[in-house]
Amino acid sequence: MPGTSLPPPRRHGRLVARLIVLAGFFFAFGFALVPLYDSFCEAVGFNGKTLKDALAANNAPPSAINYSRKLSVQFTATLMPGLPWEIRPLEPAIELHPGELRTTRFLVRNLSDQTIVGQAVPSVSPTVAARHFRKLDCFCFTQQTLAPGESREMALTFIVDGDIGEEISELTLAYAFFLAPKDPA
Amino acid sequence: MNTATHTLDGPGGHTHQPGGLLRWLTTTNHKDIGTMYLSFSLLMFFVGGAMILAVRAELFQPGLQLMRPEFFNQLIGVHALVMIFAALMPAATGFANWMIPLMIGAPDMALPRLNNWGFWLLPPAAILLTLPFVLALFGIGDGAVATGWTLYAPLSVQGGIGVDFAIFAIHILGISSIMGSINIIATLLNMRAPGMTLMRMPLFCWGWLVTAVLLIITLPVLAGGVTMLLTDRHFGTHFFDAAGGGDPILFQHLFWFFGHPEVYILLLPVWGLMPHVLSTFSRKPIYGHTGQVWSFVAIGVLGLVVWGHHFMTAGLPVPALLYFMYSTMSISLPLAVLFFCWIATMWRGAMSFETPMLFAVGFIVLFGIAGLTGLVLADVAADAQYHHSYFVVAHFHYALFAGGIMGVMTGVYYWLPKWTGHMYSEKLGKLHFWLTVISFNLTFMPQFFLGLAGMPRRIPDYALQFAEFNAISTVGSFVLGLSQLLFAYNIWRCIKGGEKASNGVWEGTRGLEWELSSPPPHHSWETQPVIKD
Repeated sequence: MPGTSLPPPRRHGRLVARLIVLAGFFFAFGFALVPLYDSFCEAVGFNGKTLKDALAANNAPPSAINYSRKLSVQFTATLMPGLPWEIRPLEPAIELHPGELRTTRFLVRNLSDQTIVGQAVPSVSPTVAARHFRKLDCFCFTQQTLAPGESREMALTFIVDGDIGEEISELTLAYAFFLAPKDPA
Repeated sequence: MNTATHTLDGPGGHTHQPGGLLRWLTTTNHKDIGTMYLSFSLLMFFVGGAMILAVRAELFQPGLQLMRPEFFNQLIGVHALVMIFAALMPAATGFANWMIPLMIGAPDMALPRLNNWGFWLLPPAAILLTLPFVLALFGIGDGAVATGWTLYAPLSVQGGIGVDFAIFAIHILGISSIMGSINIIATLLNMRAPGMTLMRMPLFCWGWLVTAVLLIITLPVLAGGVTMLLTDRHFGTHFFDAAGGGDPILFQHLFWFFGHPEVYILLLPVWGLMPHVLSTFSRKPIYGHTGQVWSFVAIGVLGLVVWGHHFMTAGLPVPALLYFMYSTMSISLPLAVLFFCWIATMWRGAMSFETPMLFAVGFIVLFGIAGLTGLVLADVAADAQYHHSYFVVAHFHYALFAGGIMGVMTGVYYWLPKWTGHMYSEKLGKLHFWLTVISFNLTFMPQFFLGLAGMPRRIPDYALQFAEFNAISTVGSFVLGLSQLLFAYNIWRCIKGGEKASNGVWEGTRGLEWELSSPPPHHSWETQPVIKD
């Protein structure tokens, strides 16, 4: 039969290799999103993550305090499942001027008969306020180890930036206390 | 499986193939593999359907009657995974395997062995997904994945062995889909008949081209996400553990970066086949071929950047919410182009309503409801109320059952005579359509009202005021489930025999696939056709 010639075989190798590389690229992209996501959140202050920008705050001149405004800062703390502790802020809320250096304390107590390591994870709402919330020192910077029945007052020293938006008059700092992972990250 | 003999008997057919089961294990023929994909899909459609009927039976009345809440949670999650990955996606791949070589004038797919491998990865994955149910009967583990199909951390980090089974099933299904996509792209780009430029390529092929690219971009990200989940569970990493410096919201980003394009992955092949059906039964050419191609591309691109609307209540900041709202709503523009093209194709046509056309018109109406309710959910202010309610459940079933599965049924009825060489029973087909469309609305329309009234999804028990709508929905779902047996029977009958189908099958068909015999010869296009203007 004259017409039974199959079309000449095409080579697909290059196209297939390119497509496999594309799939591999996006597999890697999934993992690259982990650091990208963190730096994105830090850059724009999304996600309620606060800054650990002690140096900038220290260098801020005292005149940066804005005495014409008052802010209310509330503190809350919750325990995540698996952590047999008790925690509460010693001051549920404080009033301050933007730019003012303040310290507040949280009381924490180990209710169990074992030594337990905990880790506090902070979050600020409204989230846009997070990047104006500068912590100079915080118990959340390290893990906390409590002996059986031990109680402890933990300090947090912070500044709310003087240039925080006019629309914000109230903000909340919430701590979630976790049982620290077995092998420190 | 008697189709085998028909395809083999075609002119120029090979006879040196093994017979029986070995033939199906080793086949590299695009039509055999397409048949296997479609058969597997139909089987899993009933498996996933049986699961959700058990769920609907539990929800018939308030209170817990039939099962423990843990088992209920397993059923809803595995139902979704089975329907999406093992029923809807393989059905679309089966269509691609069967039709793409016929439509573009190729003898077979570009990479036939890869094609075979892609299919045979599916059954092990389906077994992995459902095996934990069986293992639990023997006291091993606590059943299948119970997190819902979204596998949100930290719940999935804490879950039982079912989560590990689901993770590996997703890995395997992902590899299978990526292989299928590579094959389809290679076929479409390299094996078109001379004269068939990309813009002249049939719309079904275009829908699949965009789908395949989306799969290759997004599935690896999901694979990465569930791999992180696996290492969080077993190897001491803290990707999603806040105490270790991770972030559970990150999982939602990774999941929905895949999950939203997945909706278009499921729907683009259907949008591609719709114009062919509408044009055939309106006896008019497809309206707006180029416009539809660019709409597919636009939806594919936009679909990649709107994933955040799935978790607007997770605490996203206002600028991000606004971005995801506006970008999501903008997808309705290219989608509206598709709707207008479908309607314009039918406009003033000599329409007749055979079963595929009934399904196509039903699809347009019901899928329109899915699109409009989707606009409601995209609204940040409204979403705050409707998120995680039955309104969402109803919305995505209008999208994925009426849009996806009824779309697949459209294709099955449209192409079945081409595949088997026989006409199916038109009477049974029409009965199946009317039962499906009525019971579908009976099942899911009440769920919109339940959602508006505040009933949350994924709960085995509910407050008394939701009782009536739930009872109606359950009755509807059982009619819907049982009427699918008609579908299976009609297909079976058509495979066994029936009135001979002509090459063109329908009166108004256009395109290369209708020039071949029904069923087509073993090597579809032995002589490459040339497209002249």
